Amino acid sequence: MRTIFALAGVVIKELYRRKDFYVLFILTIVICVIMASVNIFNDNQIVRYLKELCLLLIWISSLVIAITTTARQIPAEREQRTLLPLLAKPLTRTQLILGKFLGCWLACGLVLICFYVFFGALAASREHAWPLLSYFQAAILHWMALGVVIAMTLLGSLVFAAPSSNSTICFVLVATILCVGRYLDAVALTLGEPLRSVIYAFYYAIPHVEIPFEMRNLIVHDWPLIGWKFIGLDILYLLAYMAIFLVAACLVFRRKPVN
Amino acid sequence: MNPARTLWLLLVVLFVFSFDLAAKLQPQFQSIESTRRQSGNFFSLLLGDSSKIFANSFFIKADEYYHSGYYPTIFDNNSAFQTPHIAEDTGAVASHNGGEEETSFMGPPRDWIDAFGRNFIPNRHTHLDEGGPTDDLSESSQVREILPWLKLSAELDPENIQTYLVTTFWLRTRLNKVSEAEQVLREGLRNNPGNPQLFFELGRIYDENYHDIARARNIWEAALRSWAREEPDVPQSDRLKMTLENFDDRFMFEQLQTSLALLEEKSGNTAAAIARWQQAILAAPSTADMQQHIEDLKHKLAEQPSPASSK
Repeated sequence: MRTIFALAGVVIKELYRRKDFYVLFILTIVICVIMASVNIFNDNQIVRYLKELCLLLIWISSLVIAITTTARQIPAEREQRTLLPLLAKPLTRTQLILGKFLGCWLACGLVLICFYVFFGALAASREHAWPLLSYFQAAILHWMALGVVIAMTLLGSLVFAAPSSNSTICFVLVATILCVGRYLDAVALTLGEPLRSVIYAFYYAIPHVEIPFEMRNLIVHDWPLIGWKFIGLDILYLLAYMAIFLVAACLVFRRKPVN
Repeated sequence: MNPARTLWLLLVVLFVFSFDLAAKLQPQFQSIESTRRQSGNFFSLLLGDSSKIFANSFFIKADEYYHSGYYPTIFDNNSAFQTPHIAEDTGAVASHNGGEEETSFMGPPRDWIDAFGRNFIPNRHTHLDEGGPTDDLSESSQVREILPWLKLSAELDPENIQTYLVTTFWLRTRLNKVSEAEQVLREGLRNNPGNPQLFFELGRIYDENYHDIARARNIWEAALRSWAREEPDVPQSDRLKMTLENFDDRFMFEQLQTSLALLEEKSGNTAAAIARWQQAILAAPSTADMQQHIEDLKHKLAEQPSPASSK
């Protein structure tokens, strides 16, 4: 376990040395501040459009950071020829995969803390309220969804040849799930066989990361808290998908030549 | 023919042709330029006519905010959302909504993922001016949250009268922002000079909020003149015929005449009020109540002492 955490620490250090997060964070702040400065009928209590924009930017930024950071982890080790010395140490391939995953996931967690603190401050500046539990629910599910995306990208980095193709495929897949994942069953109902079964199979197979994504509406429009039972179930559902992707990644990596 | 002379002749012909072409195209380019300058809108210049599609999307977005995010997508049954409720509630548009508003557009859950996912999205029909998700009527001013999208929609499509009317309604009646509502209408009139609907709403502000009867009367009379100018070749009797096609025309005329009649009654000009009510009857679908009211006013007028007898 200590080895996995040591490897995860290296990944986290790599993230704060890179400029991706700073650029995206500053860009989010600048866009939100500019939008907040717009005068809307002399009413400075209007906030929901800002919350929606800010949450959307947070989701986009976090996905960009998660996918691009994860996609280059193993290919970079291979390119720099550090993968073989790394595995020569007392480190198994499974530990390497888990360490890389944990590093990326924890790094995304740190990123989310920064983003959600800014989001809370922005909302509080207009609403004068801190619905901390709602924000916590949103952030924890967001982090879990990123965990699934990271595990999927890690698997992709072992399957696809280049980080760029892996990133592109992951972005397209995640964007598709976020936009239409919830409605695939409704689409399937309108189709004839065998397309209906294919779409249904896809619907049941994909990780429904759009559930935390669509939760934004509850935060934006100040809906009451979601039952903790449902939060717990969704966390379990997303953890199961993380495990599936990680096991698949370990199996693929076990048969992969190091050089 | 001398080749040099041929070349010269060709040059002259080309010069005449280009002069002719320039003279022909110049007025057309001038009209395009003046149209662009008239619009003077950043979004119109950037997006062209497609800005209207975006404007409509943002208007729908305002309606989504009015429902605190509880809104059908293209995959849901949206028969109860054919006309945006923010517009329907103002009375500015005719409703095309079918089905029960309170019935969920989602229908029964299709499967366990759908059923589970519904716990993470807005799943109850609420209106912001009725308290929104908290059902707390003291928070009805939350309806202000629809305003950014209406403002953006008006910027993108400055010729859409409905956007100005809806924005004005919510600003004036629910948020008590009368001066902002007036600014919206004046902006609308700048972009749509002489529009009777905008004039009518402006008159209502002067009558109901500023209690400036004289100015309200002037504005509504100007609205009636604009209404007449909209179709100068069509006789008034044709425009007021009871058909579905001219519903908007009749409705506007009736509203203007009724408002002016009430204004005259308030000012004590009973004779003028009777004349206005008689005009309103021409466009009204049911006239019995109005007729009775006119009779009452005539009695009142008869009972009033004439100026000569009072002397």
